[in-house]
Amino acid sequence: MLNFATPVSPCPSLLDSSLLFPVSLRVIDRKIKAHLPTKAHSQVSIMNMSESVQVTNNLTNPEASSQRTLYPYVTGTSVVAIKYKDGILMAADMGGSYGSTLRYKSVERMKSVGKHSVLGASGEISDFQEILRYLDELILHDNMWDDGNSLGPKEVHNYLTRLMYNRRNKFNPLWNSLVLGGVKNGQKYLGSVSMIGVHFEDNHVATGFGNHLARPILRDEWKEDLSFEEGVKLLEKCMRVLLYRDRSAVNKLQIAKLTEEGMTISQPYSLKTFWGYGAFQNPTVGAEGSW
Amino acid sequence: MFRNQYDTDVTTWSPAGRLFQVEYAMEAVKQGSAAIGLRSKSHVVLACVNKSNSELSSHQKKIFKADDHIGVAIAGLTADGRVLSRYMRSECINYSYSYESPLPVGRLVVQLADKAQVCTQRSWKRPYGVGLLVAGLDESGAHLYYNCPSGNYFEYQAFAIGSRSQAAKTYLERKFESFSTSSRENLLKDALFAIRETLQGERLTSSICTVAVLGVGEAFQILDQKTVQALIDAFEIAGEEAPAAEGDAPDQSAAGSGPTTDQGPPAEPDVAPMET
Repeated sequence: MLNFATPVSPCPSLLDSSLLFPVSLRVIDRKIKAHLPTKAHSQVSIMNMSESVQVTNNLTNPEASSQRTLYPYVTGTSVVAIKYKDGILMAADMGGSYGSTLRYKSVERMKSVGKHSVLGASGEISDFQEILRYLDELILHDNMWDDGNSLGPKEVHNYLTRLMYNRRNKFNPLWNSLVLGGVKNGQKYLGSVSMIGVHFEDNHVATGFGNHLARPILRDEWKEDLSFEEGVKLLEKCMRVLLYRDRSAVNKLQIAKLTEEGMTISQPYSLKTFWGYGAFQNPTVGAEGSW
Repeated sequence: MFRNQYDTDVTTWSPAGRLFQVEYAMEAVKQGSAAIGLRSKSHVVLACVNKSNSELSSHQKKIFKADDHIGVAIAGLTADGRVLSRYMRSECINYSYSYESPLPVGRLVVQLADKAQVCTQRSWKRPYGVGLLVAGLDESGAHLYYNCPSGNYFEYQAFAIGSRSQAAKTYLERKFESFSTSSRENLLKDALFAIRETLQGERLTSSICTVAVLGVGEAFQILDQKTVQALIDAFEIAGEEAPAAEGDAPDQSAAGSGPTTDQGPPAEPDVAPMET
């Protein structure tokens, strides 16, 4: 049974013996195959040799030969987005974690798509880049028609849903949770797609930890037709909570604003935090001797 | 056009730079019974003459719905038309599935045209022998296109194809400037008048014509016979011989005069099966 359904812990796979053990043999296999003539019996003998090797391989590590996504490596954390008066506001920090290490700190996790949409992603960063490549091609072909029609956020959202769901069906998911927002012809649109293809639309969405920490705030404090300032304040409130409580969050975030005119994304900035709480100043007050 | 040595293959050019097979395919369109289309900013109406071979048989279907927002009327080889409308339906539904949105008619028309072009450049194929009047909606409103067997497509305010379509075209040419702002009812009225032009004096009843309408906020539908007959009666379009101006259409004075027939198809019994 593939273990992608179990909780994520990326590092162990890198230290797997599977990577150390069969690499040399794989190289040998290829060299042998290249030099020998392509006669049936010689191929059979080669196959026998590699087969016997692979038998042992499969027993010790069943996923060694898998080309499918098994676990994510470099991940982004939450994305939070809301509809406001003029369009969509989306916030995401710029962290790319490598397991528990906050390794990359300038990862842009929100990108514009075509004229009308913006895509934010959490999860595996390389898969996000792959999705951007797919969307790039999609928008390119859309533009090549050169007629008055263009793909709006609703269409892009649906396309992404199909993409994610089809990959999930092949047991080779794109390990992302996506947020797709946009405005077209005055209509605001905000949707979400998960890595297994679960999709929905709402006035405010979040991914990852944002689901647990940001959405309750948004449920209480979001209202129709927020002004830009109110919207940003609300998003910053959510991001601050995430910064305090999500260990994969970094204090460097961007906010993307999407209106009918297009997308603007802010320069990276930090949130002010406050650590002067009694429990932080004197952490051991309740349990002497601990740390 | 006379038979010559360059017309056997669709992949053979004539010295004058013509592909005769493609031109012959366009002739097939002219042999089919008339189909007309006209549009305003928000609505498109398709209408066609539907005559059955004999009293015992039903008439051939010439208008097809491709999606809620796209319909097509055909003239020529109905079998080819049926196959192409199946292709259109397929494209529409696949787009809807991927994008949760209606396929813009302009794109469908280009896909159809490209499909037709392929048949003009393969030695083992023949061009489709059917002309398509595609009515549909996209972001910029209502559109009417005509797709030729040659792979060309044109957008029209109003157009007519098939036998005796010239009479309808003459009528439409006189009135097309007002179509853009016409109401739905006036469009229907003009469509029926145009159809009547092609009948050469024969009485227009709902049993020999089919009318379909589509618009912004109105899904494509083929009107049932009763509705059409009611429209014919209301606008007093039926007419006989060369009717003078009818009550509610003061600009119809010259409409009833016998239309010029530049296409009188000789009814050869051994030609490829087509609609009459």
